[in-house]
Amino acid sequence: MTLQRPGPAALTLATGVALFLLLPLLAVVPISFTPARFLTMPNGTWSLLHYRDLIDNPDWIAGILLSLRIGLVTSVIATGLALAFALGVWMYQPRFAAVLVGFVLLPMIVPPVVSAMTLYFLLTGLSQVSSLVGYDTWLGVTLAHVVMTVPFAVVLIFVALAQVDRRIDLAARGLGASVLQRAFRIILPNIRFGVLSAALMVFVLSWEEIGVTLFITSVNAVTLPRLMWMGVHDNIDPAIAALSVVLIVITTLVLLGRMALQRPETA
Amino acid sequence: MRLRTPQLTQILFTAPLPVLLLLVYVIPFLGIARWSVTMPTLGLGQYEKLVGDPLVLSVLVRTVRICATVTALSVAAAYAIAYVWVRGTRWQQRVAELCILVPFWISVLTRAFGWLALLSNRGLINTWLQAAGLIDSPLSMVRNEASVVAGMTHVLIPFAVFPLASAMRAVDERVLLAARGLGASRLRIFWSVFLPMTAPGVIGAALIVFVFTLGFFVTPAILGGGRSIMMAELVYLRMFQSPDWGLGAAVSVMLVVVVMGLMAALFRFARPALMGSAR
Repeated sequence: MTLQRPGPAALTLATGVALFLLLPLLAVVPISFTPARFLTMPNGTWSLLHYRDLIDNPDWIAGILLSLRIGLVTSVIATGLALAFALGVWMYQPRFAAVLVGFVLLPMIVPPVVSAMTLYFLLTGLSQVSSLVGYDTWLGVTLAHVVMTVPFAVVLIFVALAQVDRRIDLAARGLGASVLQRAFRIILPNIRFGVLSAALMVFVLSWEEIGVTLFITSVNAVTLPRLMWMGVHDNIDPAIAALSVVLIVITTLVLLGRMALQRPETA
Repeated sequence: MRLRTPQLTQILFTAPLPVLLLLVYVIPFLGIARWSVTMPTLGLGQYEKLVGDPLVLSVLVRTVRICATVTALSVAAAYAIAYVWVRGTRWQQRVAELCILVPFWISVLTRAFGWLALLSNRGLINTWLQAAGLIDSPLSMVRNEASVVAGMTHVLIPFAVFPLASAMRAVDERVLLAARGLGASRLRIFWSVFLPMTAPGVIGAALIVFVFTLGFFVTPAILGGGRSIMMAELVYLRMFQSPDWGLGAAVSVMLVVVVMGLMAALFRFARPALMGSAR
């Protein structure tokens, strides 16, 4: 029971902040309907030109498919590694657990630009060994994305594990369950939503990753954000406005859906 | 000594991720650290540039100035919206949550583009102002420090909201009730009770935001238009445009040292407030 609701002053300030957060997202909408080839507001005539462009231009399609592929593979690998690690730490509670966890969270804490340079160093080195995993290859980007996103998966899975009742696991152990039985038949079913949200988070982070991708790709592995970067940085292409509108609409719908699903719990 | 099976399974579960990160992240970083003292010549010349070269120094000063401004603005703005998110009516909570989470899930790139759409010469604001007859020629609002600050604040508000909201949720309602029972006004309750009780959350949020701002690169590159260069963008430029890899490496090492120091401070002072703040 909340005693004191926000007063008019707090509501006014929060409304200002909300407008600040939403305005740049809304500003994209009219611009996406401009008939012009440069960033401008539609001058009386509205056009779907740039939405067509997204479908017709093979570059966009290629970028979307590549980002989907990298995102899905990254999601599976990063979530798998994070899950094994978190289960290991949770079940065995090793002596240096805190140090280990801090260690795997490093890529989340270190400034992205430093990670980018580090991974550039790694991938250009790997290029000399194998042309498959290296600079400007999709597997190289995937490896970099796994490194960058795995800490987020670890955090989300630990949050889920924190809510598991240890006595369930103790009971299973007492009844003679093996480690694998405990992991897959006792603990995993209890944290499946945490694991799923970790996989989703990793996918989204990989899908929109640009800071590192910019350093480790040039002309072959052009992901969707990389393509957008070229369109924003060099000359501003309104097709990006159309793409942004699509991404904003999808995000909003997913979040609204999630809110609707959560409603029965909180009510 | 031979491993017993339980130890082996423990290693199979726990080891792969740290080992992978050691191989593909920590060891390559040592390579970067080596660049910083060997490129172009052996020695600490690149680190001397960090404190002596006027260009590098001006970037450093600008970075700290922008980061401090963004941190202050983000935490203040986040406090206002987190307050409504935590303590508002159910309807207010929903709207606040949506305003926080929709931008949070949208990529930095899209949001920087949104600011361009809003502020650039043919953007929304200039078009409206011109249509309303308030201005004759478009106001120049991008490619300056203010637009970089706006864009970065926009990205960082949600990151400040999470620790603040968890600090606010932890406030014991009965303490506020007691303050009211003792005759405190609404403002007094907020100023003398609620705000001090959430202060660890404010410190935690400020440290997190400051750490994130230091490595910021995409937003300043797009909205600063090459004029308001920050440390992270300097690394990019020294890598790919006017190469001086040693300097880029030295900046990287310095950023890591600063960030690790700040994280140590975070865990030292604000740990309780951050418990459970991970989404």
